[in-house]
Amino acid sequence: MRPAVLTGEHYMTGDVACAEGALAAGCLFFGGYPITPATEVAERMSHRLPEIGGTYIQMEDEIAAMASIVGASCAGAKSMTSTSGPGFSLMMENLGLAVITETPCVVVNVQRAGPSTGLPTQGAQGDMMQARWGSHGDYEIIAMAPASAQEIFYQTIDAFNLAEKYRTPVLIMTDEVIGHMSERVVIPDAREIKTIERVKAKGRKDRYRPYAAGDLGVPPMANAGDGYKVHVTGLTHDEMGYPAMTVEAQAAMMERLMGKIQNNRDDIIRYEEFMIEDADYIIVTYGVSARTGRAAVEEARAQGIKVGMLRLITVWPFAEEKIRDLASKAKGMVTVEINLGQVHLEVERCVAGRVPVKLVGHPGGTLISPDTVIHTIKQEFGV
Amino acid sequence: MTTAQEAQREASRHPLDDLLRTERIPHIWCPGCGIGTAFSSCLMGMKESGIDLDNTVMVSGIGCSGRGAGYVKLDSYHTTHGRAIPFATGMKLANTDLNVVVFSGDGDLFAIGGNHFIHAARRNVDLTVVCVNNFNYGMTGGQVAATTPHLAKTTTTPLGNPDSPFNLPLLAYACGASYVARWTTLHARDLTSAIIEALANPGFSFVEVLAPCPINYGRRNKEKPLDTLRLFQEKSIIKNDAHPTELDVDWERGVVLGTFVNNPRPCSTDMYDKVCRLEEKPAKKSAA
Repeated sequence: MRPAVLTGEHYMTGDVACAEGALAAGCLFFGGYPITPATEVAERMSHRLPEIGGTYIQMEDEIAAMASIVGASCAGAKSMTSTSGPGFSLMMENLGLAVITETPCVVVNVQRAGPSTGLPTQGAQGDMMQARWGSHGDYEIIAMAPASAQEIFYQTIDAFNLAEKYRTPVLIMTDEVIGHMSERVVIPDAREIKTIERVKAKGRKDRYRPYAAGDLGVPPMANAGDGYKVHVTGLTHDEMGYPAMTVEAQAAMMERLMGKIQNNRDDIIRYEEFMIEDADYIIVTYGVSARTGRAAVEEARAQGIKVGMLRLITVWPFAEEKIRDLASKAKGMVTVEINLGQVHLEVERCVAGRVPVKLVGHPGGTLISPDTVIHTIKQEFGV
Repeated sequence: MTTAQEAQREASRHPLDDLLRTERIPHIWCPGCGIGTAFSSCLMGMKESGIDLDNTVMVSGIGCSGRGAGYVKLDSYHTTHGRAIPFATGMKLANTDLNVVVFSGDGDLFAIGGNHFIHAARRNVDLTVVCVNNFNYGMTGGQVAATTPHLAKTTTTPLGNPDSPFNLPLLAYACGASYVARWTTLHARDLTSAIIEALANPGFSFVEVLAPCPINYGRRNKEKPLDTLRLFQEKSIIKNDAHPTELDVDWERGVVLGTFVNNPRPCSTDMYDKVCRLEEKPAKKSAA
């Protein structure tokens, strides 16, 4: 029997590395529904979970898959599902349930080009705004964007840790290219992998208030069977978890739900800066497009143009303070993403006209060429 | 407190108080509604069955019956519309020690949730699904449901329902449910017994409860509150082991109640362990 953590050097696809990251993080339940190009995450989980005492189930659709992982997490298991754009759309209602009930779970979206069935076997980054706003109502979400098979391994662990720490669903917004490319992945010794577990309810069972803010604004959680006899509902609720149909209850609940993410932005937001110190022009990008961005920076530098890159590792919540800071120093910025301007809107919002911001976008189906990025910088900024 | 006061307080206690979130009473159900009776029989069945209530969970979807989870003093989960069964499936598979009871309505379980029901029954997931069938969407104001009788009037079938309703026990049977029963809210004791049997069945159990909805269904179909109960009394035929094809809800002809399927077979987690946990097989053999 293989262990949960496959310590060693491997050559594996991003999808497989994602599954291995989940197992290393302690995931014991996967409810899935196959969809290209995310299928290999589910397939790997179906082989590996029963080996380590976990459970894989292929549900009847993505709606059921998402519902099942919320249920499994309420029963105490770290849980995950994976999908691509059309399935992601179907998961949105129960993603909202996970948000309002504060149920930790991880959803992997291996993006393909849309809308609708689009290009199932070709990549895009077109679900970034769906990730932010796809469910109904106001909410905050954590979404990450890995740029390599190695990184998806670590980010999946990180995603589980953030999910448990903040009692929230966490999204991994990868894409077909990262999901299907094979790369070297080094998996460390199990003892070197730091995992976070949800803060459990303790103390007198008759005094437990399931939705009273704990540390960081996150309530300690009682799983089903822990003896606390909790009531968990998707309705607006009070600290007891009981439905409360008032303006005041909605405001109090929303303030804490939004606040637990917003007030801990410094702990949640991750980014990488590349040759940014002296940069006149800054590429803002994420995920697979960061590979384009890095090549563009190197090529531009070789041509004597001072270009740097801000790579968003956590796309949501958005690194707005960092973008504002960069906008005050740079001469121009470009957003590079495989869609027609989703994260670009956020960059523009944060730059707020301080410097010109241009989009290097593509509707999906292929990567963006570094040459296109350099050409845009030269043309738009008159370099 | 005097002994007399204590005795009075004791006398006013409902036998199910320890299973209720009494601080949340009164409930939202309308006068004459059958859900309270179905809920009460369900809780009585849970209590009498002797299952470990600390490890028992109630999961509901959306609608009037879906509010059941909000009143029971158990771990209780009020989920999204139609999705109680997949939520419960995740729960049961993640912690097989839990007894998972799904308590919801016909609209929730069989229209929006129909796909989930058929697959959970096929897999024989160890759930007890109690469906309160009041023939319409009560909470949204009495629209047509997948169970509304042909020609019945609802707010969205003002000229009468053009469609045919589901025969729910037949559906459950055809999909592989290993326990199937139907009672009405007038048959509270039989219903309680059915819940006890359903909880004991180590697989997918389905109990349909026919229930009056005087406000939203009865009012539009010339059924006064007591008329529905009279139908339940006069037109029900108790026939255990009746073939599921005979179970259409047809008040002209009579409606069959009873236990129709009670054929335990390996549940989904047993099958998963047997088929997928290859590494454990040799260990089990050597132990034997």
